[in-house]
Amino acid sequence: MKQSLKNLPAWNADAHLSHVVKSMPPSGIRKFFDLVSEMDGAISLGVGEPDFVTPWHVREACIYSLESGDTHYTSNRGMPELREAICDQVRRDLKLDYNPAKEILITTGVSEAVDLAFRATLNPGDEAIVPEPCYVAYAPDIMLAGGVPRMVPTRLEDEFRLQPEEIAKAVTENTKAVLLSYPNNPTGAIMTRADLEDLADVVVENDLLVISDEVYAKLSYSVSHASFAQLEGMKDRTLILNGLSKSHAMTGWRIGYAMGDSALVGAMTKVHQYTMLCAPTMAQVAALEAMQKGNEEMLRMRHEYDLRRRLFVSGLNRIGLDCFEPRGAFYAFPSIQRWGLSSEEFAERLLQEQKVAVVPGNVFGQSGEGFLRCSYATSREELIEALDRMENFISGL
Amino acid sequence: MNEILEILSENAKATPSEIAALLGRSEADVAREISELEDAGVIKKYITLINWEKLDNSVVFAVLELKVALQRKTGYDAVAERIARFSEVESVRLISGDHDLSVTVRGKSMKDIAYFVAEKIAPLEGVQSTCTHFILKNYKEHGVILTEKPKPKRLVVTP
Repeated sequence: MKQSLKNLPAWNADAHLSHVVKSMPPSGIRKFFDLVSEMDGAISLGVGEPDFVTPWHVREACIYSLESGDTHYTSNRGMPELREAICDQVRRDLKLDYNPAKEILITTGVSEAVDLAFRATLNPGDEAIVPEPCYVAYAPDIMLAGGVPRMVPTRLEDEFRLQPEEIAKAVTENTKAVLLSYPNNPTGAIMTRADLEDLADVVVENDLLVISDEVYAKLSYSVSHASFAQLEGMKDRTLILNGLSKSHAMTGWRIGYAMGDSALVGAMTKVHQYTMLCAPTMAQVAALEAMQKGNEEMLRMRHEYDLRRRLFVSGLNRIGLDCFEPRGAFYAFPSIQRWGLSSEEFAERLLQEQKVAVVPGNVFGQSGEGFLRCSYATSREELIEALDRMENFISGL
Repeated sequence: MNEILEILSENAKATPSEIAALLGRSEADVAREISELEDAGVIKKYITLINWEKLDNSVVFAVLELKVALQRKTGYDAVAERIARFSEVESVRLISGDHDLSVTVRGKSMKDIAYFVAEKIAPLEGVQSTCTHFILKNYKEHGVILTEKPKPKRLVVTP
């Protein structure tokens, strides 16, 4: 070794990190994850995924495909049969026609689709409007794409539906897109067709692209899901992002899709082919089985969530954790404002004193402060026990 | 299917108040409907699913396939109802295919069941032949997998 390479100063990895990555805040969930992991006998209402295991017929179809040696790449856009099956379902559910050859892309989870949507559309400095509280990935994904996230609040008095005035207030000459995420994580809010129609004017006036994350669409209760793409004249400017994680209990398989105008989907496909190449083949095979034969199992799981939703939401209101009726996803979002504690203090004490884990609402944005996200994707017995413990906690406040 | 029955078929211990919370109905309303279903004979009994293989004291089950001569007027009913009265018999079903009746029998030992079949079932008028299948292992009962391994764990908190 050369003399000059000895006794070097310590390697400073930090100096080699990107400014964007450094400026992104760490996930607010991490601290809770560590606390809950170390605790025995805790009931977690903090899990953002189904408690059901993927239905057996889906797993079995995947096992068979592996036995048959189906282990090669698929086309960049995904298996043609899977694209067709998804287009068929969207035609049935939303009454919208998409061309399976060029208006759909199969992605590695909806997470990839969200990332691609921003990377394919934002130039440096372009802004995207994101209603809060919301899933934690949107703002970081916008930043990674070189864009600027403009977070806008939604409120309890509007049942956490996005209001057109909020879009109007946030729009600048650099605004390119607005993200919609309904049914919503963390609030369980939905937007009906009439609610979406209220947004159409401001969207068109400002020539915005609508990126609509509809991963909880199948988990809508007592009302069928409405998409912005269904509104008259809005299909072309809407990008629908969806997947099988929540509807078919397939989170770990990582299968999502993007649907929309062929130029938009084509641009996303470019990024996808250089970064991902294709979604995992075995997971696509499983997704095809789920799309073709998984409807019964999906309805069975949705029915169970609906029973738990009624049990849990009525229970929260009974013990004094006021909660509006969530009509989608599998979350309840009760208010804790009457106790004057911050969401984090409340959640931390609830965990330490009664061993119930929930996620503080502020993790999902400033307008989530004063609320808790409680997932009811857990067994009825655990929900009943959690309600008892929460009642004990409240009576000691 | 009736939503109350669906819940009770999964859990006989579900109380009217729990069922009411799940369905968003009043407790009194649910209790009334349950007693109507009981009175109408739709709900016959509330029973417990036991995994006998976890216990030491032996319980043996067998499935009997019976060929039965069809009777004028009473069809299969007379002989089926006669068989159903034995306390050793757990279930009696009329089936399609090679045999006519499928009967589940419970006993303390294989010998016990073999004697029961030989003494009580085979000699019955109308029973033409019997074939006894002893149950060696029970994998699934009433929709519940008895050999199931513990569920894989989810991460405790995820966004």
